[in-house]
Amino acid sequence: MSEKVLMKGNEAIAEAALMAGCRHYFGYPITPQTELTAYMAKRLPKMDGVFLQAESELAAINMVIGVSSCGKRVMTSSSSPGISLKSEGLSYLAGCCLPAFVVNVQRGGPGLGGIQPSQSDYWQATRGAHGDYRTIVLAPDSVQEMVSLTIKGFELADKYRMTAMLLADGTLGQMMEPVSLDAGEIKTFDKPWATTGTKMARPHNIINSLSLIPEELEQWNLERFARYDEAEANEVMYEEYRMEDADVCVVSFGITARVSKNAVDEARANGIKAGMIRPITLWPFPKKPLLAAADKVKAFISVEMSMGQMIEDVELATRCKKPVLLCSRTGGVIPSVKEVLEKINEAEKIGGDRA
Amino acid sequence: MFDYRRITLFAGHYGSGKTNIAVNWAAMLRQHEEKVMLADMDIVNPYYRAKDSKERMDALGIKLISSFFANSNVDLPSIPQEMYAIVDDRSWHPVLDIGGDDRGALALGRYAPKILEENDYEMLFVINRFRPLTRDAAGTMEVLREIEAACRIPFTAIVNNSNLGAETAPEDVLSSLSYAEDVSALSGLPIKMTTVSESLYPELSGAIPDLFPLELQRRPTE
Repeated sequence: MSEKVLMKGNEAIAEAALMAGCRHYFGYPITPQTELTAYMAKRLPKMDGVFLQAESELAAINMVIGVSSCGKRVMTSSSSPGISLKSEGLSYLAGCCLPAFVVNVQRGGPGLGGIQPSQSDYWQATRGAHGDYRTIVLAPDSVQEMVSLTIKGFELADKYRMTAMLLADGTLGQMMEPVSLDAGEIKTFDKPWATTGTKMARPHNIINSLSLIPEELEQWNLERFARYDEAEANEVMYEEYRMEDADVCVVSFGITARVSKNAVDEARANGIKAGMIRPITLWPFPKKPLLAAADKVKAFISVEMSMGQMIEDVELATRCKKPVLLCSRTGGVIPSVKEVLEKINEAEKIGGDRA
Repeated sequence: MFDYRRITLFAGHYGSGKTNIAVNWAAMLRQHEEKVMLADMDIVNPYYRAKDSKERMDALGIKLISSFFANSNVDLPSIPQEMYAIVDDRSWHPVLDIGGDDRGALALGRYAPKILEENDYEMLFVINRFRPLTRDAAGTMEVLREIEAACRIPFTAIVNNSNLGAETAPEDVLSSLSYAEDVSALSGLPIKMTTVSESLYPELSGAIPDLFPLELQRRPTE
């Protein structure tokens, strides 16, 4: 299937999920991700799959817990306020050590906010709900990458028995781009822990997030974090763009990375050595390349559609070795190339000496 | 020169290109008619609306009827009261951009009796072979029937808008012709035109009959 098709980001996620072997979708429509739900409603019944529009987001995420317990690939999707409703279930998934694939096509917040695009769920996605746990967070910047990262998300979720979240935004969800649906080989993983029926041949598998013994719960947490450590060591993804000799490093993900890339090119055309590091995994965050860059550049700029959330991870990763400026728009507004360019000019001037 | 009726309606699978075509069709009509209006009857799409072309429509002297909430932060599937002008004031030539799929077409049903009664309309089915759910004639027919059932206005012709966005090559358009003919054969509807971006128009204008160039609308940026 080498021929390309023209897809909306939301549709591309849905099709990629089907390619990854997902046959169970539970969701509740919300703008700007509804096309994903609608696409699943059309496709899954024809593939002997299960599409269910739940009565609420809370119901949907609990259905995900059920199917994941049985060892099947399963997903849900929503947009910002809907993800808040699903947060309880996300913590329970972590408590139960279950894999799940969850999509957040972000819109402006807090509260009901608005339906225009945003990246202001960065903290929510990378920090999550109650309890000690981690979520793999994947941030695509194109419709094609929405396909590859969706497939990757299912694989990572199974591999580490944790939730992988695709963190997109309304623009990426709504925009149309030509994509290739050539997935290559899809990785699958044995799930000896799944509740598939003992057939009287093995002890019962129990999926549970409640522990009555404090020491036992602590042990579970240690085991969970051993898996998280492994994911952190092996699964960091990022893109470096024109960083070889950069004086200013723009850090940006998703749709703002596309704007930032244009700004980097314009800055270069104006004689300013700008570059970009684009985190593709927001957790695990690409700490190493940022720390390495901190010894080379004058300053960093975090470009975000939020009041400044990722900037804290940039400061942590670079151990505050160099100033980190913020370029941000919120409420559904996408920063313009001009705005990023102005920040690059500012960073070039105020930044400390190049090491 | 394309022939036209008083009302032109563009409907189809969402993402098939209805809005772009409606905007350009209105611009073409304006060369022949004084009173042309572009009616955004999309109750489905949150972004990328006919309202994005407001400046162009204003410059051409085309009246734009659009939901007050289009492109706003509010998700209200509403149609303004003045939409009744499309059937109540026959001095206008309205071009209707119908929202995607059957869900989008549902809103048209309210105006269907008067449109059918007057019987001076063209209901055009916009198709794109490169969209995943309309890659073959059978899948495309499914969308056609769903829309007709929802809005109760039968299609009168097909618009072949097969494209891969910015990556569309002339061969892509040429290879879509047999697909459009298959849809035509299955539906019994004639192919009114094939639409391509302006950049491809010079190269294809000799090769494809009834070719219509599109100036692509962009979302206004600051």
